[in-house]
Amino acid sequence: METQTQTSTMEAKEMKKKRMSGSEAVMQSLLHEGVDLLFGYPGGAIMPVYDALYHYQDKLNHILTRHEQGAVHAAQGYARVTGKVGVCFVTSGPGATNAVTGIADAMVDSTPLVVISGQVASPLLGTDAFQETDVVGITQPITKWNYQVKRAEEIPEAIAKAFYIARTGRPGPVLIDITKDAQFAQFDFEYKPVNKVRSYKPRTAVKADKVAEAVRLINLAKKPLALVGQGVVLGGAENELMEFLQKTGMPAAWTLLGLSAMPSDFEQNVGMLGMHGNYGPNVKTNEADLIVAIGMRFDDRVTGNVQKYASNAKVVHLEIDPAEINKIIYADVPVLGDVKESLPMLTDMVSKNNHEAWLSEFKACDKIETQKIIQPELFPAKEGLTMGEVIRRVTEQYSDDAIMVTDVGQHQMMASRYFKFKQTRSVVTSGGLGTMGFGLPAAMGAKLGQPDRPVCLFVGDGGFQMTIQELGTIFQTQADVKIILLNNNFLGMVRQWQELFFDRRYASTELINPDFQMIAKGYGIATEKVTERDDLDAAVNRMAEHKGAYLLEVVVEKEGNVFPMVPTGASVSDIRLE
Amino acid sequence: MKQEFTLSIYSENHVGLLNQVTTVFTRRHINIESLTTSESAIPGIHKFTIVVFTSREQVNKLMLQIEKRIDVIKAYVFTADEIVHQEVALYKVKTESLLNGNEIERLVRQYGARILEVTKEYTVIEKTGHKRETQELFEKLDHFGVQQFVRSGRIAVTKLKEELLSNYLKKLEKEKSLLD
Repeated sequence: METQTQTSTMEAKEMKKKRMSGSEAVMQSLLHEGVDLLFGYPGGAIMPVYDALYHYQDKLNHILTRHEQGAVHAAQGYARVTGKVGVCFVTSGPGATNAVTGIADAMVDSTPLVVISGQVASPLLGTDAFQETDVVGITQPITKWNYQVKRAEEIPEAIAKAFYIARTGRPGPVLIDITKDAQFAQFDFEYKPVNKVRSYKPRTAVKADKVAEAVRLINLAKKPLALVGQGVVLGGAENELMEFLQKTGMPAAWTLLGLSAMPSDFEQNVGMLGMHGNYGPNVKTNEADLIVAIGMRFDDRVTGNVQKYASNAKVVHLEIDPAEINKIIYADVPVLGDVKESLPMLTDMVSKNNHEAWLSEFKACDKIETQKIIQPELFPAKEGLTMGEVIRRVTEQYSDDAIMVTDVGQHQMMASRYFKFKQTRSVVTSGGLGTMGFGLPAAMGAKLGQPDRPVCLFVGDGGFQMTIQELGTIFQTQADVKIILLNNNFLGMVRQWQELFFDRRYASTELINPDFQMIAKGYGIATEKVTERDDLDAAVNRMAEHKGAYLLEVVVEKEGNVFPMVPTGASVSDIRLE
Repeated sequence: MKQEFTLSIYSENHVGLLNQVTTVFTRRHINIESLTTSESAIPGIHKFTIVVFTSREQVNKLMLQIEKRIDVIKAYVFTADEIVHQEVALYKVKTESLLNGNEIERLVRQYGARILEVTKEYTVIEKTGHKRETQELFEKLDHFGVQQFVRSGRIAVTKLKEELLSNYLKKLEKEKSLLD
């Protein structure tokens, strides 16, 4: 009897194992991880993988971008709006190095990605073979984890581990480099999902004593200010955040990546922090007696001069990554762990409060900002179109319900200031790395991830041309991306700095641009150009009604500036209104 | 205030781990005074012993960044009084200089050094000890001409009764089973 049972378990085991190539194992592993969409670009060292993909086209939708950077940004856009892991294939050498910018971007913005790169055959490693680069070495500082696979047998475990590491804890990009011989080799495939890595601790259980200390400070605070970061979105803790804020009654400001973690029109939402954020939250940071930082990392664009930051406040820092505690700003009470876990613990224990008087101080700031900046930007009296009024018109069109994607520069800050959000995961922007060229491919990835939601890309004429080739991918996939090109024929943000800090010496910032209308037409994308204010309204209507991708080029004021502004090295409370 | 710290870093034994650990220092412009790597007492776990001269605040941040690397299991930081540490130095001198008087022999005895190899041309002396001691011997021997001098990185064990790493691994097992 016993031998019989043993044999049948062994048979069952053998049944589970199926002989296949390393390349097919890549496909099978991706399916096990629930992947159905991925981005990439083929080349010599990853051809076996693409050959295997040929047989899996019904299950794995591969989007062929026009450049590897586009593939990674598209995967980032996809990951940011879905919360799933974005996946890319790239080849060795230039394929992998082209992916580097996107990987670095995903690293600083904590975006979960698994990038699979082909590598030359293992006997050629280290010989300067054709299209060989040390991609593991190159991406080591810009990945959460990376690994080179040289034997087919390692593929399932490497990929399982990659997905586990990419999506857990503070998410990030993982690169798996697979040699060509490992892609070809046959082995007995078996997939075991990974949910434990000895040397990796994705999160810490929240400590009750820290929560108690935080609660004491929150209950004592007269002028508390919550800083809401992307950690809330990554942790899926939007409801927990709202409950915490509603009970404590404290004002809450969001970071660039924290946008849409709460509704724009939530009463206690006092706007955006940082260099081009709102007046109130910047100025009031130095009046607050308590800062409750929730899943944010005190980026220098948020803090300005750290010596003069939150000078009257104690700091409670809710954070999943231990390395962020005390990295920039000393935390009087660090609360390590997932905010989804820590926020309800705080909410349970804090006293119900309201901070009406304190909130009204923010409203007073809003009045000043509205009068000096917002009103003239959104309802300009002067002739030229402003970026702000275009963004306002677009956000109204979609009843604040669209996904906002941006590139990097003035339009990014304008869109972050003036676009309105109703639901979470509505923002895709390059925050930490500030990657021009991010927008177009990221918007396409976002649309493919959320096909039922409108996706509006705001892009400048500079950044648009950095990845303009992805119009080809948009054409091929028919992704319904609304591209709002805010064209000032300048590298606007750099020009603004030149105006303010370099005596208007406009070194290499003026662009002589091509005819973007012709370019869009060449790619089969519907297009329209607006130069007059009177035409804007109808044009936005036409864009929204059009089924499919649309380029709305709006020629805006040449020398518009983004204000307010915290100049580099200044304190947040020295924010300039003009 | 800057001072000397000894870091004990335990990691998985993968290719490229040294690079992963050292780039954390490079990126922050912290000079590594000495570095030794070897297997630890636990099979499959590698140990790095790194000496740096920096502030307590900086070293604390450094430790967190090192521990953030996925393949690093745990990093500990110690000051000199918390560890027993040792280095080894080798000195190559001309045998000829030993023959002229007994000063070198006296130094070898005085410093508890030993002679590893003697040929007609050269003699190799070995001394283990702290950097200060091996340096002192070098300076004294150098009066007679030291042809080659090399000092290893620091190796160290803690004075603590409990074994930090094995305790940590046990704790980890417990915590993970709670979180799962």
